[in-house]
Amino acid sequence: MLDKKQLVTIKGTREGLILFIDETCSFNEAITELHDKINSSKPKHDEPIVSVTVKLGNRYLKTEHEERLREIISIENRFEIYAIESDVILKEDALRWKENSDVKIVNRIIRSGQVLNISGDLLLIGDVNPGGKVIATGNVYIMGNLYGIAHAGVNGDQNAFIIASYMKPTQLRIANYISRAPDYESEGVYMECGVIDDEQDKIIIDRLQVLARKRLELNGFERRIQNG
Amino acid sequence: MGEAIVITSGKGGVGKTTTSANIGTALALMEKKVCLIDTDIGLRNLDVVMGLENRIIYDIVDVIEGRCKLKQALIRDKRFECLSLLPAAQTSDKTAVTSEGMKEIIAELKQEYDYIIIDCPAGIEQGFQNAVAGADRAIVVTTPEKASVRDADRIIGLLEKEEMIESPRLIINRIRNHMIKSGDMIDVDDIVQLLSIELIGIVIDDEEVIKASNKGEPVALTPNSKASIAYRNIARRILGESVPLQSLEDEKGMFQRVKKFFKIGS
Repeated sequence: MLDKKQLVTIKGTREGLILFIDETCSFNEAITELHDKINSSKPKHDEPIVSVTVKLGNRYLKTEHEERLREIISIENRFEIYAIESDVILKEDALRWKENSDVKIVNRIIRSGQVLNISGDLLLIGDVNPGGKVIATGNVYIMGNLYGIAHAGVNGDQNAFIIASYMKPTQLRIANYISRAPDYESEGVYMECGVIDDEQDKIIIDRLQVLARKRLELNGFERRIQNG
Repeated sequence: MGEAIVITSGKGGVGKTTTSANIGTALALMEKKVCLIDTDIGLRNLDVVMGLENRIIYDIVDVIEGRCKLKQALIRDKRFECLSLLPAAQTSDKTAVTSEGMKEIIAELKQEYDYIIIDCPAGIEQGFQNAVAGADRAIVVTTPEKASVRDADRIIGLLEKEEMIESPRLIINRIRNHMIKSGDMIDVDDIVQLLSIELIGIVIDDEEVIKASNKGEPVALTPNSKASIAYRNIARRILGESVPLQSLEDEKGMFQRVKKFFKIGS
């Protein structure tokens, strides 16, 4: 009789265990085997919690399957799941990723009372007039005058920033931070950017050159894949 | 086939009615057939500015509700054969007027007249929608004040969604040169840059305008007041002539030269 192929392979590394789950068998088979494997070794006393990375290969896990997997692995508190990695994602997720990482080019004036809502980065060629508003889930680049409101990283990305050829905004908003124009009459600035300054914990306006230091990972797609 | 031009501004009190009356009069001076339409139902005053109040028998709501024919409601101007006014209703229910009703009226007037000037009510509600519905072109009036420029910007945004032959054009009204010079009033160039539409004329704040409209004689009829020349220049630009846009400095210089010629002022 042939040796039955192992459906679950466990490999130890310095960072913890890597758990390979065969991608061709059914989920139930794999989960049963995994269950047996985990139960077969009884934990020693005082054993530290081991971190586990699960590699699924070309298998896509539904939410309920993922929950079961987590449940089984975390049983008796011996293991802690560090990551579940799969080589495949749903097409809609991929499209959403792409949507959120693209730079959308808009070529018009955003006038008072108008709102431009974009997922991904916004490249606006034109002005944002007072009373107008642009919103993006990513960064906001404005080749023109920014007099109105710009909101970058609307879904909470604190690394998002706003740049404009000329900046005299009513408000700058990044993630959940808001800063507004001073109450006294002031001149606007040319070619500057608005970013969240971690030390001062607020939005600051600075020269464009600081972005080279503060935001190294400008390449949109990879940046947002990392951010999920 | 005529052309319908709506005069609008968003904000009230910037001079839509005065502008309508004067552009209409200036076009009539150039022997064009012109019909003015007042669409400010309930607050009509184009008839007052034109001095035609006492001649109103029927109004625009009567036409839409079929109580009279369009021709019966039109008032012939007392100075020009070629100028007519379709007055707004003062008392009737303003919901009677619809975009469709306006389109029909304007389409009918276009057969007869070269230019139809529509005086738009303030605001962006139904009254605005009605006034804009049948128009081929739009002229936005603003004054050099922040609030008025802001509303003009909003209106331009709304007008860009309408089906028009070309993007709206701008009149900057009530300019006070000494205030612009002292920096207390927004510069004409700044307004044009912000709104980024074509400027079709600038009108200086002129007491003659108030005097004239109180008399019911549009200022465009007076031979050489500043505002009168400005309105007549606008009319010429509407006709397609290229009249140079006088910068404020030039204009002031020109008036000073005129003043000097008559040996008044410094």
